[in-house]
Amino acid sequence: MSNQDPRLDPRLGAAPDDAVTDDLSAEEHGRGEGVGEAKEVEGLSQGQLVWRRFIRHKGAMFGLGVLIAVMLLSTLTMGIGPIPGLWHVQNFNSPGDVLNGGTPTLQIPGLFGGTTFAIGEHPFGQNNIGQDMFALVMKGVQTSLFVMFCLSAIALLVGVTVGALAGYYRGVLDQVLMRITDLVITLPVIVLGAVLGKLVGILPIRFNATPEQTLAINNNMPLILSVALGLVLWTSLARLVRSEFLGLREREFVDAARVAGASDWRIITKHMLPNAVGVIIVNTTLLMSSAVTLEAALSYLNFGIRPPSVSLGYLITENQGAFATRPWLFWWPGLFIVLLALAANFIGDGLRDAFDPRMRKIPSARQMRLATHQLPADQGVPTAAAGATAASEKSGASETDGPTKEER
Amino acid sequence: MSTSAEQAGAAGGGRGGFGSAVKLSRSTGGEVAKGDTILDVTDLCVNFWVNDEWFVAADHVDYTLHAGEVLAIVGESGSGKTQSSMSLIGLLPPNGRATGSAKLKGVELVGMSQSRMREVRGNEISVIFQEPMTALNPVYTVGFQIVETLRTHFLMAPTAAKERALELMRLVEIPDPESSFYKFPHQLSGGQRQRIMIAQALACDPKLLIADEPTTALDVTVQAEILKLMRELRERVNAGIILITHDMGVVADMADTIIVMKDGRVVEHGTSDQIFHHPQHPYTQALLAAVPHLGTASDDVTGHPATLVARDDVPVPARDGDPNVTPALLLDDVEITYPKQGRRPAFTAARHINLRVDPGEVVGLVGESGSGKTTIGRASVALLPISGGRLSVAGVDLSGATRADLKNFRRQVGIVFQDPGSSLNPRLPVGESIGEPLLLHEGLKGAEISKRVEGLLDSVELPRSMRNRYPHELSGGQRQRIGIARALALNPKLLIADEPTSALDVSVQARVLDLFRDLQTEHGFACLFISHDLAVVEQVSSQIAVMHMGSLVEVGPTEDIVQRPQHLYTQRLLSAVPVPDPDQQRERRELRDSIIEQEHIVS
Repeated sequence: MSNQDPRLDPRLGAAPDDAVTDDLSAEEHGRGEGVGEAKEVEGLSQGQLVWRRFIRHKGAMFGLGVLIAVMLLSTLTMGIGPIPGLWHVQNFNSPGDVLNGGTPTLQIPGLFGGTTFAIGEHPFGQNNIGQDMFALVMKGVQTSLFVMFCLSAIALLVGVTVGALAGYYRGVLDQVLMRITDLVITLPVIVLGAVLGKLVGILPIRFNATPEQTLAINNNMPLILSVALGLVLWTSLARLVRSEFLGLREREFVDAARVAGASDWRIITKHMLPNAVGVIIVNTTLLMSSAVTLEAALSYLNFGIRPPSVSLGYLITENQGAFATRPWLFWWPGLFIVLLALAANFIGDGLRDAFDPRMRKIPSARQMRLATHQLPADQGVPTAAAGATAASEKSGASETDGPTKEER
Repeated sequence: MSTSAEQAGAAGGGRGGFGSAVKLSRSTGGEVAKGDTILDVTDLCVNFWVNDEWFVAADHVDYTLHAGEVLAIVGESGSGKTQSSMSLIGLLPPNGRATGSAKLKGVELVGMSQSRMREVRGNEISVIFQEPMTALNPVYTVGFQIVETLRTHFLMAPTAAKERALELMRLVEIPDPESSFYKFPHQLSGGQRQRIMIAQALACDPKLLIADEPTTALDVTVQAEILKLMRELRERVNAGIILITHDMGVVADMADTIIVMKDGRVVEHGTSDQIFHHPQHPYTQALLAAVPHLGTASDDVTGHPATLVARDDVPVPARDGDPNVTPALLLDDVEITYPKQGRRPAFTAARHINLRVDPGEVVGLVGESGSGKTTIGRASVALLPISGGRLSVAGVDLSGATRADLKNFRRQVGIVFQDPGSSLNPRLPVGESIGEPLLLHEGLKGAEISKRVEGLLDSVELPRSMRNRYPHELSGGQRQRIGIARALALNPKLLIADEPTSALDVSVQARVLDLFRDLQTEHGFACLFISHDLAVVEQVSSQIAVMHMGSLVEVGPTEDIVQRPQHLYTQRLLSAVPVPDPDQQRERRELRDSIIEQEHIVS
């Protein structure tokens, strides 16, 4: 870092602040307070910045990896829609012969007494009527993922619309929308799910539906469930988007757009929504993780997914009695619920950190110690005087805490 | 411990009622007498570890400071003036590192342990921060916060601490200290909050006071009072003061010696007289030249002043203009009220405003924060509704305008906002921001809009390649140029410039003002130039309107306002503006102090 900027004419008229200079080198930002930010943002769009912070987040990367792996596994084995998968049991509801008491054939060296790695016929075991647990779990994962995305999409749509309108227009509309939101918040989700679940069971009989219609309803249960839950779970998103909009509408660029003659629709969609996208993405991701567990809970209470559809929660309900005798029927769906919820949570955390500009990475004490060696030669070693003072200090903690602490 | 307690007792004894306190924190170095060297900084470097590289924030800074002396560190943002001072008390961010030596009365500060440093902070060295609202904790009373500092460093009973706190509050001239003691920060005015900050900083008789832009967040008249207080204090307390600022006027008012910093380096070091009258380094010369100097832009005036002054209950009347000319902006007895919100009552921000801006004319609107000048600017571009009177822009009456009228009207006006960081959409490339008015009003697309945007970028002297940058990639000056380009996209008849340069460094400000003047001559738009800085307004405008508490108090030609202010408030405002010249400033200061004195008697 040379101090002599070649472009720096003695007169300020040509100092490198603006105008003629095109390349934004570090010198242009000076070296003081703002230097960290200036260096970090050089030539990157905000999307790129967020992405860079996101991929540096270890937890989020782990979550993303797990989520992708689980999605791939379930799609490859059980197929998607009409396209069949690669797993030998495609009709997951078909019973079979119970082999070896239904014990899992999956063997991993060092785990559960396994010696070699083998997948076998039924890696996750079989239930008492001989259905392949692996096929059921994979299908359950697909259902859970479907519910997760579908529910979030609906909650996203409703929440963002309500929040944006309330935050932008304020006044009466805000009051009305927020009171509706308050009302929806008071609805206990589990009870509501239970009532809806019962209704879905009763209504077809009430209206003399044909067996085909009943079957269609049962087949589309995941969709019905996610729509119903999505219409209840949008509230937190609506509140957050509203508060974000309340802040954004005071920003001067919104006024600038208004002076430029932009319509309300354009201001909301073009100017404000992209700036609220951080809040929206983060909270939708966190909503996803709660959707997985909520679906499991409702199915467990027998109000959610019902046969012929299958979900992770449903599998646990079905097999809760077998916990003592055949625990694998319980463990595998449980494990995947935890995996999905955790992965979504981690991704949400990572996104939150990535979107938050205050979350600048602070180098650890070790990094700082290493960095100290790279200081310019004439500054690398603390002066004799400084060293002497530090040494004369009896508080040993500061000596071992590395350079960051020592400075303070 | 006993020796330091005795020392503290001896030191405090002279002030009465303070001798009984036992100092908990060890004293660093000995006691000081006037003229002793307090701080000796040699080869101080501050570096930041950013993205696997060391960045130099301060590079081999050397200076010494004596008791009772004011050292001003001057520089633009990013020059390392704050970080080099913060490194003295070990308040660098975790990725910062200081090397070199800084000795407080012979005790090395660089590399001092945390626990030892805590005894120095607040006790030996204290800091006055820029923004008193954020530096004071809003949930505690101001009295509690002073007492807290006292009881951290002294073994003191609560009652004794309160005594002492009240004494300090009297020292900084807080009106009615007994009741102010129980007030929360938001109940005090900005100037009073800053006084509380100073009282807190003085609580332990520090040897060194670091004032980091102590008056930047304050209005000029309040700034004048705080500066007066600080000047009196340096006589009374035996401390060295480091004044960090970018305002050459404040420096001229306060400093004995001056350090000019640029990009982490000290470019010039000398006494106040040397720096202001015989600057050696080209950067210092340029910096001084860039500072707008009140009273130099206008010629001397003779004859009867042509200003219109508000008297008692009679508001300033509108200037008589040529009846054949349609004024670009005409406000006729305008009143602007913010409606009642919840329990907050309705608030009238501006009343009885009569103002006329002719085509091609620049009118400056000056006032302190909260005087309603921005409100008028925003109402003039229909961002705020007016609640009374008539407001017309280029002959179009805005009072009863419909949506369709407004759309047409928006072609006639542009506005440049104060904060270039906030006025550009961070998610849009700046080219798109500039092109937005063109897209919305002329329906231009693709190549056409591209051509127009390039033309606009040329006119504000930015390279065309900038159009694809995002706002955060540009410097403040560049962003403000973009803001100007956007405001001029439709060739408006009227431009509202709302403090367009107050967020910029002086040298950048000088260039943006130059650009503004050039563009104004070229395009010939009328402009309402809103600013709190009289020196800036003087440079660009031919007429000045002075606003105070929601009313215009004086309107007239620039020369008359600057040289022969009629209204008492205008006089006070003018005298409060510090001038970047120590001798001239001394005269002005005396004048100002007498005006302040007078007002105290009146009020």
